[in-house]
Amino acid sequence: MKELSVLIGGKAGDGINNAGAMVAQLLNHLGYRIYLYFDYPSLIRGGHNFAIIRGAENPVGTHENHVDFVLALNKETIDRHREKYSKETVIIFDADQVKIPGNGVAVKAILSDEHAPEIMGNSAMIGAFAKATGMEWPLVEQVFRAHMPKGIDQNLNVARRAYDQMRQIRTIERCDNHPLALLTGNEAIGLGMVNGGLETYVSYPMTPSSSLLHFLAEQKEKFGIMVVHPENEIGVVLMALGFAYAGRRTAVGTSGGGFCLMTEGLSFAGMAELPLVLVISQRTGPSTGLPTYTGQTELHFVLNAGQGEFPRLIVAPGDATEALYWSAVATNMAWKFQVPAFILADKTLSEGTYSVDATALPNVPRYDSPLWDGNGTYRRYADTPSGVSPLAFPGQTGAIVKADSYLHDEAGITTEEANLAEVMAKKRLRKGEALARETEGYGGVIVSGIPDADTALLCWGSTKGACDEAGGRLGIRVIRLVVLSPFPKEGLKNALSGVTRLIVVEENATGQLASLAERYGIIAHRKILRFDGRPFTPGDLLVRVKEAMA
Amino acid sequence: MTGRQIITEAQNTWCPGCGNFSIQFTLKGILEGMEKEGKSLDDVVLVTGIGCHGKMADYLNINTFYSLHGRAVPVATAIKLANPDLTVICCSGDGDSYAEGLDHLIFAAKRNVDITVIIHNNRVYGLTTGQYTPTSPLGFHGKSTPAGTTEYPFNPIELMLASGATYVARGYTRKMDQLKHLIAGGIAHKGFAFIDVLQICATFFPAADYYTPRVYDLPEEEHDNFEAACIKAREWDYNSDAKIALGTFYTRVLPTFEKRMAGRPVTIEEREKAVGEFLAART
Repeated sequence: MKELSVLIGGKAGDGINNAGAMVAQLLNHLGYRIYLYFDYPSLIRGGHNFAIIRGAENPVGTHENHVDFVLALNKETIDRHREKYSKETVIIFDADQVKIPGNGVAVKAILSDEHAPEIMGNSAMIGAFAKATGMEWPLVEQVFRAHMPKGIDQNLNVARRAYDQMRQIRTIERCDNHPLALLTGNEAIGLGMVNGGLETYVSYPMTPSSSLLHFLAEQKEKFGIMVVHPENEIGVVLMALGFAYAGRRTAVGTSGGGFCLMTEGLSFAGMAELPLVLVISQRTGPSTGLPTYTGQTELHFVLNAGQGEFPRLIVAPGDATEALYWSAVATNMAWKFQVPAFILADKTLSEGTYSVDATALPNVPRYDSPLWDGNGTYRRYADTPSGVSPLAFPGQTGAIVKADSYLHDEAGITTEEANLAEVMAKKRLRKGEALARETEGYGGVIVSGIPDADTALLCWGSTKGACDEAGGRLGIRVIRLVVLSPFPKEGLKNALSGVTRLIVVEENATGQLASLAERYGIIAHRKILRFDGRPFTPGDLLVRVKEAMA
Repeated sequence: MTGRQIITEAQNTWCPGCGNFSIQFTLKGILEGMEKEGKSLDDVVLVTGIGCHGKMADYLNINTFYSLHGRAVPVATAIKLANPDLTVICCSGDGDSYAEGLDHLIFAAKRNVDITVIIHNNRVYGLTTGQYTPTSPLGFHGKSTPAGTTEYPFNPIELMLASGATYVARGYTRKMDQLKHLIAGGIAHKGFAFIDVLQICATFFPAADYYTPRVYDLPEEEHDNFEAACIKAREWDYNSDAKIALGTFYTRVLPTFEKRMAGRPVTIEEREKAVGEFLAART
């Protein structure tokens, strides 16, 4: 398989993320499937930022430890990543910042000649990279014209000068693929929710969910959605419930800390049966923790958040393609069953960029929430066999719509009757059973690697890329849960058939999926855990799995 | 739906002499008046928080959203944004919106969202049986402060003026004609309307003997002078002994939040096209 990795690094404020996206698009147009990892500390200026762009002939879902090309805007980039280099690694650097022999680019002189601002220095690096790897100039021009957010001509002039000054060093061969859309996980989640009928997005900024807020705010006119940024996460979730009551399909987005403030609203959604979509993008906790790094520590939190007992959907997409699909599913399910639906992501997924083939996805049914037929007296909490009550919204002729956070009767009027307490609790739980039956049909348990191997990895979320690759190379089975609630016990038991050794892989310190599975009688023999805020790479995981199998 | 019974069959559990009865009667009269004028009550929503005031959601036979403690205002804001054709009235308590949910109240005023917030300000927690609230006077003997509170109340009129409310009024449950006038004025006002209602709590803070001799009516006209409104608001600070002005302190018409936030409706086909275009732009 053709494959290569490019690392681009510099100071925060150098535009590393954008430069990484341009490199990713160049490789995309050479037919490579992309994963882009962006690593940055929680600050605005200074500090070390880097992106690793991995391209391969077949889809990849994570970056690797080794890099083939380095584009260094400063010396720190070269020094920090030495463990990722081999003899063949080509290092291209800003010759004004790095005083070593080799493939230097006279960035300062180029910028001066073009009267270009310092931020365009990374276009010089990209131009040099394109020449060094044997790319034709028209490809560079095409990608710049399509994907450079601003200053296209000036950036091209800068890139061209560096292109002309550099020599060809190591050619990147084309792959026999069409280019695909490159999306971050958060963009895919946003598009998926829009496909699922999203009408309103309410959010208070919090890394790594903020880029979803920014994306939907930027695109709101085109998608015809309203985007609201309220005073805090309590306001966020309560506004969302108000929107849902008024008939608007609404999602909220945050990370673990912001979700702490939303739990009273979550429980309210459970009691009042208000549909609610929650995007929770995990970062390293507890508390403020490592704001810009990853983790899988909120599984039990989202499973158990909120007082009282009520059903909820939790899906954890493994990459942007799955995020696009499952975010639509979750949005629809929230409305079909009038339950909270979580899209559980993490920094790796939210801010990583992936190749997405949207045409390969099945269609998602939408707008199939049960509506009141207008006959008789409307009862918001009418007790039905499935537990799901028909919806009407304020303003609808003849309906008096009463939502209530207290225990209520079918009309939505507060009661403290013991009998009704039980009847309504059972009604809510029946919705959970209906939801479970529905989700079993959606294939929320995914088996990859070697499906009949007797050793299996069990994982969830963004470790998909690392697990799939490591599992494939080791010839073992990989079982991944996309649906985590209602727990897909039948699907998982089928997937485990013939497995004699089960190894759980998670990015947390306690093995949260392992303990969840244990509740259903599924015992992991080994746990491979990582909790330093950095995602597993296939190379890391390979070593750890071999140890676990020894 | 027309000619509906405005009060539900739910059993009323307010204490005898509770000022909430006056507010309920006032709202009932206003709703009946709306129907007479040909407005459908299907287009009215009442949002309440938690506290004695919240029971209004069970008692009024209209669309209601019985929210959490302190969380009536963000819900009311969202309902108005979702459907600007609705008339959104928000009943909330002093513990509710001055303590637990103060941030939401300030932001709703700041945004000038067209909702009407009625604060049932009895200056005590009733449903939790008698603790001090943000507007209880200094030294108030509540169950959590048996030796008396050690903090001054804040002045909600002054706070709302500072926050950008465009309709600021104060009523009193013992002056029902005026109360009806003030609430109806708030509903008619295009923008954020705030009415602090001095409400008698018959059980934990029966303050009628204090209020009645001190209240007087503000003049009906000239409410657009912000400086004058601030001075008038400070006349009584909810603590010291002073005359208590009732009526409208301030009104001003400014663009509303829902107007500023309104977007162009997009068909399903248009949004599918937009998603397709976005994917193409990223290829």
